[in-house]
Amino acid sequence: MELRSYIIRRLLLLIPVLFGVTLFIFAITMLFSPIERASLYVTSARQMSDIPLIIETYGLDQPFFVQYANWIGQVFSGNLGWSRVVGMPVWDAIWSFLPATLELAIFATPLIILMGIFLGTQAAAHKDRPVDHGTRVMAIFGWSLPTFWLGLILLMVFYGYFRGLLPPSRLSIQMDMVVNSVEFIRYTHINTIDAILNLNGPVLLDALRHLVLPVITLSVTQVAFIMRLMRSSMLESLGKGYILTARAKGLAERVVVNKHARRNALIPVITVSGYVFAAMANGVVITETIFTYKGIGWWAWQSAVRLDIASVLGFALFNSVLFVLVNLVVDILYTRVDPRVRLGEAVQ
Amino acid sequence: MSDWKFMARQLVKNPLSLAGIIIITVFAILAIFAPLIAPIPEGHRDPYMIPRDGYSATPQPPNEEHIFGTTEGQYDIFYGVIWGTRSAFRVGLVVIGIVVAIGIVLGSLAGYFGGIIDEVIMRITDIFLAFPALILAMAIVAAIGPSLRSVMIALITVSWPSYARLIRGDILQVREEDYIEASRGLGASSGRVIIRHALPNSIYPTLVMASLDIGAVVLAAAALSFLGLGAPEGYADWGQLTSFARNWIVGPPGNSLKYWYAVTIPGLFILFFVLGWNLLGDAFRDILDPRLARR
Repeated sequence: MELRSYIIRRLLLLIPVLFGVTLFIFAITMLFSPIERASLYVTSARQMSDIPLIIETYGLDQPFFVQYANWIGQVFSGNLGWSRVVGMPVWDAIWSFLPATLELAIFATPLIILMGIFLGTQAAAHKDRPVDHGTRVMAIFGWSLPTFWLGLILLMVFYGYFRGLLPPSRLSIQMDMVVNSVEFIRYTHINTIDAILNLNGPVLLDALRHLVLPVITLSVTQVAFIMRLMRSSMLESLGKGYILTARAKGLAERVVVNKHARRNALIPVITVSGYVFAAMANGVVITETIFTYKGIGWWAWQSAVRLDIASVLGFALFNSVLFVLVNLVVDILYTRVDPRVRLGEAVQ
Repeated sequence: MSDWKFMARQLVKNPLSLAGIIIITVFAILAIFAPLIAPIPEGHRDPYMIPRDGYSATPQPPNEEHIFGTTEGQYDIFYGVIWGTRSAFRVGLVVIGIVVAIGIVLGSLAGYFGGIIDEVIMRITDIFLAFPALILAMAIVAAIGPSLRSVMIALITVSWPSYARLIRGDILQVREEDYIEASRGLGASSGRVIIRHALPNSIYPTLVMASLDIGAVVLAAAALSFLGLGAPEGYADWGQLTSFARNWIVGPPGNSLKYWYAVTIPGLFILFFVLGWNLLGDAFRDILDPRLARR
């Protein structure tokens, strides 16, 4: 099959990129002296005296590429170093913080896509009329908003002014105790899903209450982006011959817009999912920091501020691998959604 | 230069871009006349360090002496935002300037010569583009030590690849044109062909759009500063001023909005600065869109 060879070729193309990514990350760690790098493996103060031994065992004074080979071997066996901030291996830290961030993404993604597509369609269908101008101004504002500031303002109003209505963090103290009790089984560590599986209404409600503001903060810029993209894609689609045909057949305008034009206009929107992923990864750091929402972004921030290099670079590596894979999936999906795309051309 | 006249007329005619122009002009005036608007107190050494009025943590509301009040640590908010305008322009201009320079050099090499040079440069951009930008910038700043200079280095590192790619695309579009062929035939060196013929005929739209990215750069820099990875404490920087207010978003019971000024004012400066550039950028995108009819 043509598709299979395309996928194989794309996977092969990933090798040099991932090689470059790891080399780059490794080059950053090499900015530090062997002693500093040895201390990345140190897990307690008592081990400090072992630093010369660590340099010896891990070959931290060896030539660059020998060290790179050692390091990449460690990375493949899952050893990304020690996270000082949380006192566990970086890899374990990533997995323990990931569910919280996934929970944010689970709520933010549909919101971004649905709002973006809906508003973009409306803007295009009412081109040059108040709806269009209104959404355009909204979009430009959305892009220009410093998200960290938006988060603080939302907290000021909904946590301060409306006394604790929508609080920061992930759960209130009481509900946190419930979640960590023996009766509550943590299937996924995603609070809302666990609450549903445990049939625990109060936990579900509390988790949702804590999610509202972070999800809004995380979504605003993205909604603006998808909306503008959807608008221009819709405008292009509305100018096509098949739309004229549909209108000539006497179809209702609603059907023309929602069925004929929108279906085709969605294709370019799918292709930016990779971009949206990257923007979310960036946004998660800021959002989780503001709301003390202890997910992977909060952990990355703590690590960066306390100059915990092993964690920061482990986090960056993890994100880049994920990002590369997301882009691969998007490109493959693209060829399935739009049969006009000739395989291979989508690579460019 | 009727192109420029056409553009200028379009920009002034459109209320949104006109608003953008006005906003940016106001900020430019604030930056240029900062010493007059927010005078440097006598005996104060570094004008970019915000003067403090005591060391108490609690922000003080606007009064005659501090018209925007003081934030945590008694830093004067008015002085901070005015001089912060200079910091913002500096970060934006330096980063965009260097990034565009790198983009022009690498992009035109890749686009003009093609082949192995193109392949190598593009694969390098692939590596940099394989990271979510802010996360890579954060890692770089953490690695080389937090400071405003590190923030600029990090932002340059993460953003040059996109510009190199854009300019490569521009050059590719004109590479096979007759006038390029002609000057090559007349024996012009590659450097001369690129600089005198290929670049002037292809990159202006990209340059215009790039210069309007100043807003986005300032936004990213503010985010890094807010996260505590930017300027040293007390430096006139909007992101940092916002972060000073983090502990003061909720006032005492009965007066929960007591410290509104500490968080609201620096944030509004960032918002409007970025908004100005984005308003202009949005209008430019429309003007440069070849699908839009122009008469």
